[in-house]
Formats: sequence, C-alpha cells, structure tokens
Amino acid sequence: MLRVENIFASYGKIEAVHGISFHVDEGEIVTLIGANGAGKSTTLKAIMRLVPPGAPVLTKGDIFFEGRSLLTVEPHNVVAKLLIALVPEGRHIFGNLSVLENLILPTWTRKNDPDVPMDMERIFELFPRLGERRNQRSDTLSGGEQQMLAVGRALMTKCRLLLLDEPSMGLAPQLMYEMFRTLKKLNEGGLTIVVVEQNARLALQVADRGYVLDTGEIVAEGPCAALLDDPEIKKIYLGG
Amino acid sequence: MVIVQHFVNALQWGSFYALIALGYTLVYGVLSLINFAHGDIFMVGAYIAFFVSTALLASDSFGLSHFQALSLTIPLTMLLTSCVGMTLERIAYRPLRRKGAHRLYVVITALMCGLVLENGNLALLGASRRTLPEMLDKVVYNIGGIAVTNLKIGVIFTALLVFVALQYIVTRTRMGMAMRAVSWDKFALPLMGIALDRVIVFTFVMGSGIAGLGGMLFAMSYPVLDPYMGSMVGWKAFIAAVVGGIGDIRGAFLGGFLLAFVEIMVAAFLPSTFRDLFAFTVLLLIMWQRPTGIFGAPQTTKI
Ligand SMILES: Nc1ncnc2c1ncn2[C@@H]1O[C@H](COP(=O)(O)OP(=O)(O)OP(=O)(O)O)[C@@H](O)[C@H]1O
Ligand SMILES: [Mg+2]
Repeated sequence: MLRVENIFASYGKIEAVHGISFHVDEGEIVTLIGANGAGKSTTLKAIMRLVPPGAPVLTKGDIFFEGRSLLTVEPHNVVAKLLIALVPEGRHIFGNLSVLENLILPTWTRKNDPDVPMDMERIFELFPRLGERRNQRSDTLSGGEQQMLAVGRALMTKCRLLLLDEPSMGLAPQLMYEMFRTLKKLNEGGLTIVVVEQNARLALQVADRGYVLDTGEIVAEGPCAALLDDPEIKKIYLGG
Repeated sequence: MVIVQHFVNALQWGSFYALIALGYTLVYGVLSLINFAHGDIFMVGAYIAFFVSTALLASDSFGLSHFQALSLTIPLTMLLTSCVGMTLERIAYRPLRRKGAHRLYVVITALMCGLVLENGNLALLGASRRTLPEMLDKVVYNIGGIAVTNLKIGVIFTALLVFVALQYIVTRTRMGMAMRAVSWDKFALPLMGIALDRVIVFTFVMGSGIAGLGGMLFAMSYPVLDPYMGSMVGWKAFIAAVVGGIGDIRGAFLGGFLLAFVEIMVAAFLPSTFRDLFAFTVLLLIMWQRPTGIFGAPQTTKI
C-alpha cells in the first residue's frame, strides 16, 4: 500500500533522515520506534508531503502510495484525494474551535458524502467523552481528551491509511492501553495503521511489524515478535 | 441638534474607519500579519472606482444611467481591488511565508508594498488630482432639523451590512471555520484536506474587497483622489482595529466608530488642531487600561 524508498529529508541545511526505506501492506499495523531525534516524525511529515517551515524537504528518494508517487502531490490532496491521514505529534487540535467544529472541518472535502453523520456518531461511540463535550471549546479539554479529538479528527477524513505520531503522549497508562485497544479495533475494521511510539514495548505488542530508527537510519526491522525477542533491542529500547 | 448632526457625521467616518479596520483585523486574525499596505489598497480601490465609473459613464455606447453605472461600479471595484490584494499576497507575502521568514520582515515587506502602491500610482498617473464622477443623485433628507444625505445613509448601512456578513462568514460557514483554524494552527490545516493557500487567498480577497468598497464610498463622499489619501486614514483605521482588539471583527467595527466619535466630538468643541491629539490620547488611555484592546483576548485567540 505504502512504499518509502530510500528517502533523505532535511530541514534547511540539517539532514534529519538519511536514506530510509520501508513498506506498509494493506490491513497491517506497522510501528516505527527509536530514540528522540531519530527521525520518526520527520518521516511521517515527509509522507504527508507537508511543507516547510515545520516540515522537512525531501532531497532524495521517493514515496509510493498504491504504486503512485507522492512527490508531486500537495499535502491537502494527500489527505483529501489519497485518503492518508496524520495525527501529528503534539496533537495540533484547533483550540479556538469547538470539539464538534474540529470534527466537521475534515469533512469539508467530503461534500456529498452521506456517511458523514454516521461517521461522526462512530467517533462519539469510540470516544464517548468527545460526545459529552461536543460544544465545548477544544482547548478546555484535558490532554487525554485532546488526544482523542486528534485521533477522531483524523478519522473524520475517512482515511484508509492512518499515521499516528505518539498517540499515547501525555496519557495515563490506563488511557494509553485504551488508545491502543482502539487502534487495534480500527485496524480490525479495515484501517491500515502506521504508529510512531515512545512506549516501544506497547507498540510492538500491538503492531504486526516494526522498524527501529536511529539517527535517521533504519537499524532493525521485522515482525514484532522477533523484535521483542531481539536481545540488542531489548537492551536499548525496551529497558532490558 | 448640532450634536446630533455631529453624531451622524461620526457614524459616517466611523463607517470608513470600520471598513478599513475590518480588513486589517481579518488578515491579522488569520495570519498574524499586519498588512500595512492595507490603507493603500483602500486608495487603490478609490482609483479603481474612478477608472471604472469614468469608463462606464464616458462611452455613450453603454448608455448607462447613473444608477446603473453605480450598481456596476460597486462589484467591479470590489473585484478588481481584491485582485490587487491577491497579487500582493501572491508575490510578496506567500514567498516569505514559504521560507518561514520572521514576522518583522513580513511587516516591513507590507510597508514597502504600501509605498510601492502609493508611488507607483504617482509615477503612473502623475500628481494631478482626480475627481470621481457623480453617480448618485444627491438627496438630502431633513429629519427633525438634521440634514442627512442618501449617500451618508448608504455608507453607514453598507458598513453595518459588511460587518454582519463578515461575522456570519467567520462564525457560521466552513470557510470561516477554516479561517479560524488557520489562525490557531497553520501547520495542521492541510491535514484536514484543506489547502492552506486557498483559505489565505480568500482572506485577502475579503479584506481587500471590503477596502475597495470603502475606498469607493470615500471617493463618492469626498470626490478628490490623490495617491496618499489612504495612508493617514489607513493608519487611523489600523489604530482603531488595535484599540478594538486586533483579530476580532467586532473589535475592528467598534474601534472604527469609537475613533470617529472621539475625533468628531473633539473637533466640535475644540479648535480643529486639537483633534488628532485628543483622539489618540483617548485611544492611548484605552490601550493603557486594556493592552489587548477592547475585545482582544491575550495572544492565542484571534478572529
Ligand atoms: N522543524 C525542524 N527544524 C530543524 N530541525 C528539526 C526540525 N524538526 C526536527 N528537526 C531535527 O530533525 C531530527 C529528527 O527529528 P524528528 O522530530 O524526526 O525526531 P523523532 O524521531 O520524531 O523524535 P522524538 O521521539 O523526540 O519525537 C532531530 O535531530 C531534530 O533536531
Ligand atoms: Mg517525533
């Protein structure tokens, strides 16, 4: 479904990603793990074709989605036409908009889609807290609720491939497991998922396959069970 | 009675200030950019109105009545002026935004754009002043001893209408929702499948279209045009927008009228040389009490 081929990505003169390749098949959950500054967020932003400032420039390599190169696709079309969505690091919800408005905004490009109200109901089923607070200004939500909103908002694009950048950030352990259970549920419903996660153990338990990044390069990859057993990875990323 | 007459005049001037202030506040609210060229876009609007109306009325082939010419000049002026605003965004601000330039440079660029518009006009059209052709047959209503022209009523009514329409667009439509979203977080907008440039261009089109309308109405009220006519009015409208709380539509509207009221009341009771001194002192006092302006909330909430 998604194929990243030897990409190099830089912010100005600083190169953050030096030749990363990986692929995601339809129906999979793939996780990218690695230390701070390894280039995980950079990779996701590059896939979304987001532009500077804030996102890197792709200097080399190519990204294919269902066989089609993304290089010439504009970021809003990556979302609206190709149906790839990103839950960005740090949530980036629109704090001055109500919860409901945050969820309506991504449906703008689905103008004549009769499923919108149903999808909205599904989000409220998935995250009942959002339903209770639908008319509240979204910057008055708690951190965890904001994270749910960020995920809900991405799902409202009706994406087929969902990229998540540290969806568990700032969540209490309980909510963190809940979030991953939700992802699993979505995946069982047919959504393909790429998740970047600090909590490597949790991510590897939920995902099918994983890639380990270190300073802009992939240093290990494989089925999650194998990565979980790898002594080297255990030592560095799973805390022994 | 005299005071009521002043009141009407203040409403008219307030309308001009408000129409310009709304454009300042719109662009600032969405982009955190103070578009210092905005006063000059108002001037360009007046000139466009001049050329359009002159062309429409001069050629006999059209055979238009004054009223028909007026109803054509309004949309054409707004359209052409918004093209000027769009062009500025395209050639001056967008490249800077792409490069992630610091705000200071963008503001300086805006100032320079304003100067280019003023002096470009001067170079192209020369220093001779132009007079807008008469398009509205003047009617003076005498309401209980107060003289009000149909033009004045039109100006005040237009400002009110524009305010209500803008408020509606920003709070009730999807484009308005997207504008508010951009004002909070530019980065995340494309992730909603919406093109950032589309929202920004729309903002500039609205802002400069309204300034064009204001310029036209101003030129109809004070028919002599010169290239610098936008600068002082523009500065004052900017201050009005800040006092109202820049980024807030209600603030810009109210600020425009507030400034006009203070000005006209001061001019009514004191020598006219005191006007600006007093007007700006009052505004300073308001800012001193409320540094974010009347409707302004701290930093993050714009529009
Ligand atoms: N906007 C930016 N401008 C310049 N350099 C950046 C920018 N964003 C990231 N970098 C640099 O790129 C490198 C990779 O950053 P990236 O955000 O991709 O890391 P990450 O793997 O997501 O880390 P974390 O786990 O901390 O989120 C880092 O060295 C960082 O300093
Ligand atoms: Mg990151």
